Amino acid sequence: MTTIGTPVRRREDYRFLTGGGTYTDDINRPGQLHAFILRSPRAHAQIRGIDTTAAQRAPGVVAVYTGKDMAADGIGGLPCGWQIHSKDGSPMAEPPHPVLAVDRVRYVGDPVAVIVAETLAQARDAAELVNVDYVAQPAAIDPVTALQPGAPQVNSEAPGNLCYDWQLGDLAAVDAAFSKAARIVKLDLTNNRLVPNAMEPRAAIGEFNRATGEYTLYTTSQNPHVIRLLMGAFVLHIPEARLRVVAPDVGGGFGSKIYHYAEEAIVTWVSGKVNRPVKWTAERSESFMSDAHGRDHVTHVELALDAEAKFLALKVSTVANMGAYLSTFAPCIPTYLYGTLLAGTYTTPAIYCETKAVFTHTVPVDAYRGAGRPEATFLLERIVDLAADEIGMDPAELRRRNFIPKEAYPYQTPVALQYDSGDYRATLELALEAADYQGFEARRREAMAHGKLRGLGIATYIEACGIAPSAVVGSLGARAGLFESAAVRVHPTGSVSVLTGSHSHGQGHETTFSQLVADTLGIPIDSVEIVHGDTAKIPYGMGTYGSRSLAVGGTAIVKAMDKVIAKGRKIASHLLEVAEADVEFKDGKFSVAGTDRSKTLGEVALTAYVPHNFPHDELEPGLDETAFYDPKNFTFPSGAHIGQVAVVNFTASDDFGRIINPLIVAGQVHGGLAQGIGQALLEGCVYDKASGQLLTGSYNDYAMPRADDLPAFALSTNTTLCTHNPLGVKGCGEAGAIGAPAAITNALVDALKPLGVRHLDMPATPEKVWRIIQQHRTPPAAE
Amino acid sequence: MQKTVSLTVNGKPVSATVEGRTLLVQLLREQLGLTGTHVGCDTSQCGACVVHVDGEAVKACTLLAVQADGHSVLTIEGVATGDTLHPMQEAFRNNHALQCGFCTPGMVMSALDLVKNNPNPTERQIREYLEGNLCRCTGYHNIVLAIAEGAAVMRGEAPPNVHGAAAE
Repeated sequence: MTTIGTPVRRREDYRFLTGGGTYTDDINRPGQLHAFILRSPRAHAQIRGIDTTAAQRAPGVVAVYTGKDMAADGIGGLPCGWQIHSKDGSPMAEPPHPVLAVDRVRYVGDPVAVIVAETLAQARDAAELVNVDYVAQPAAIDPVTALQPGAPQVNSEAPGNLCYDWQLGDLAAVDAAFSKAARIVKLDLTNNRLVPNAMEPRAAIGEFNRATGEYTLYTTSQNPHVIRLLMGAFVLHIPEARLRVVAPDVGGGFGSKIYHYAEEAIVTWVSGKVNRPVKWTAERSESFMSDAHGRDHVTHVELALDAEAKFLALKVSTVANMGAYLSTFAPCIPTYLYGTLLAGTYTTPAIYCETKAVFTHTVPVDAYRGAGRPEATFLLERIVDLAADEIGMDPAELRRRNFIPKEAYPYQTPVALQYDSGDYRATLELALEAADYQGFEARRREAMAHGKLRGLGIATYIEACGIAPSAVVGSLGARAGLFESAAVRVHPTGSVSVLTGSHSHGQGHETTFSQLVADTLGIPIDSVEIVHGDTAKIPYGMGTYGSRSLAVGGTAIVKAMDKVIAKGRKIASHLLEVAEADVEFKDGKFSVAGTDRSKTLGEVALTAYVPHNFPHDELEPGLDETAFYDPKNFTFPSGAHIGQVAVVNFTASDDFGRIINPLIVAGQVHGGLAQGIGQALLEGCVYDKASGQLLTGSYNDYAMPRADDLPAFALSTNTTLCTHNPLGVKGCGEAGAIGAPAAITNALVDALKPLGVRHLDMPATPEKVWRIIQQHRTPPAAE
Repeated sequence: MQKTVSLTVNGKPVSATVEGRTLLVQLLREQLGLTGTHVGCDTSQCGACVVHVDGEAVKACTLLAVQADGHSVLTIEGVATGDTLHPMQEAFRNNHALQCGFCTPGMVMSALDLVKNNPNPTERQIREYLEGNLCRCTGYHNIVLAIAEGAAVMRGEAPPNVHGAAAE
């Protein structure tokens, strides 16, 4: 019996389809109050004073607190989980990040006060009565101009608004390669700022139990243990044993729900102050101005090629916007999740990357689906296409010529990573075949005959998933380990609870992990329960991000099951009165090799919990094992994506290693593609450069991809197994968002090439494309 | 200003006291405990709150609770028959048309409204009809397949089952 590799329908769907999900805002605690967060309407201002007198007297209001009240209670600032060092060895500038602004606001949306009332309407009404005396200051919004002398300063701890000036790679080797290059291709590009927009707005409920002194936080989080550690140890100073964090059903994350946010600390702290549960739920407009944004790079890239069109060297210089404060993992995104990916799928022998991270008066920026890897892929695949165009070579051929050959693994790149497996050429050929690459020129001519421009764009990508190992990331500045935990608890009658540190917010872990357990232990899927998202139940674990859940969390489950089977074999050998070596475990049974004598997992479990006939001298009772898995390396999914605008057709071929549930994997790719195509064609977060007002603050202004903006997707997979985890899995959650922006943009530029267009920044909205066509239009030549 | 409203929700008569500004979705979620209807935006664009009022799909954030007085409301909690999923719900499950599940109730309620008015919609018609429902997880691909399958089953046809069968 094996369910692995088959499209098992999801176990979690019944509750979601019948309205039975339990999201944070669905939870109501007895005596619960409602919090409204008053936010800064200005990008940059000094706070001369806050008068809350009238608000405190408003109907239903229980309390109003400001940053000064928090400071008086000794509440700490929001911590950052990664420290980057600059070229000169100095640590990054790390300004304090107050939970509620104290004397200065630094972005539109910066929390200023919290109003707590019996109803949300009363809290919102009372917020109108809080009088904040702002003295407006000039704002630094554009990341490049923010670095220029005389720019308004965001934080006094970061002179010139520079957070760090980081580098990776061998500059001397790169310069030497450029000096002997046959051709150098250069490009300036931006990677547009995005708003993650999980459909469930963030929410948090704090609850204090005066009898036990215990706090509980219900929150929309991808990693409840991380929130407990950060909030408990650094912000509110509550020991783990008195702080429980629950992340129940979570309605999408895409990275934006990794971080420890101010509102979590606010409701938890306030619940203790007023001794009643306190709920806060973001309105969508609050999500736009308080969820960590993504991307926002300005980059100059140069590629050197020899006369045979082999890549000699790559040189990248990037300005990355951090926003006003450092979000939890912000510093590592444009560095170790970006520069390290610049080899892509190619043998480029010399690579140099430098990144200046800059503070601006905007919402903090952090990881959003792909996180650094889409930015790396976009610049790399754009410059490769541009190079193909300049030398007059088929872009597929230029890629083939430079691919890392499949015989070369393990392959050490010049930017720190060692790839373990892949076959980029086969994956590309699969995509080209699926997209009918050979037939494209005929389709282009056909479109031309009807007065339309048609383009095809290829992008290949490499992704580093399951960021690891802890010892290495620690040396690179991570302030946390990146392992995962799992406990496999076999109950007395043989059903199984798996307590996992991974968190599911749409990924279907309750199904995929159950398949893994059911197949390994030989029990029905219905006998398996997957428990996640509650620090009171699960072992300390790191949660879900960076496409790590199966490769890291799944492996921890495998290792815990290995321990269960090993102990079960000992118990069975006692029951069957044979040597342990003679007992084998298969299809849910411990059998004596070569006989029909066996004990089921349930019988062994019952013996473990009712140990009347049990080897007490040798074993402890029970059948409940915990394992922690710290990967040896990242996993490296790869792929080739082909877009044909506008968007007529989208073909993705990916290598995710072994696939446990093809239905769920396809769903992950579809979703990633929609976000990648959204970035390429629709989505862009826009600030007014002078006032710092967020111009795209709602779904009226920020173009989310809708069903009629997208095509049906054609997917295929080419499998090479990951060599260093027992499952051979690689990770699939971010692939679509990584490959699609470059594939779509390359297709657009390909379509517009006859007009002389060389590059197009994202999002290529219809208006932008129309303007470019008008600018480049020349009267048709007479034939 | 408070007012008592009486309406039928999922076939049962209910009464509640609401403020003039209380939205239908707030009445459903906060007073009646029907939390399957979700709120994903504040500009009436995401469609997570779609319910049926007197058989018509309505965004429950665009209707005041007092406007629902005397009317009949169907929410996602009232779609299945006992433990048996409605064919449209079953089609969503069969096609992996949901991931985080947050937009799902609104999607299902909209899909039922589409099929009521157009029992055999084309892919393009489904995509255009979903203009008012945002999903951030699925890229819509499987939602479109699910609605086509749900419509087919509701017409009495066999489900096409494009994703194949799982090993049991």
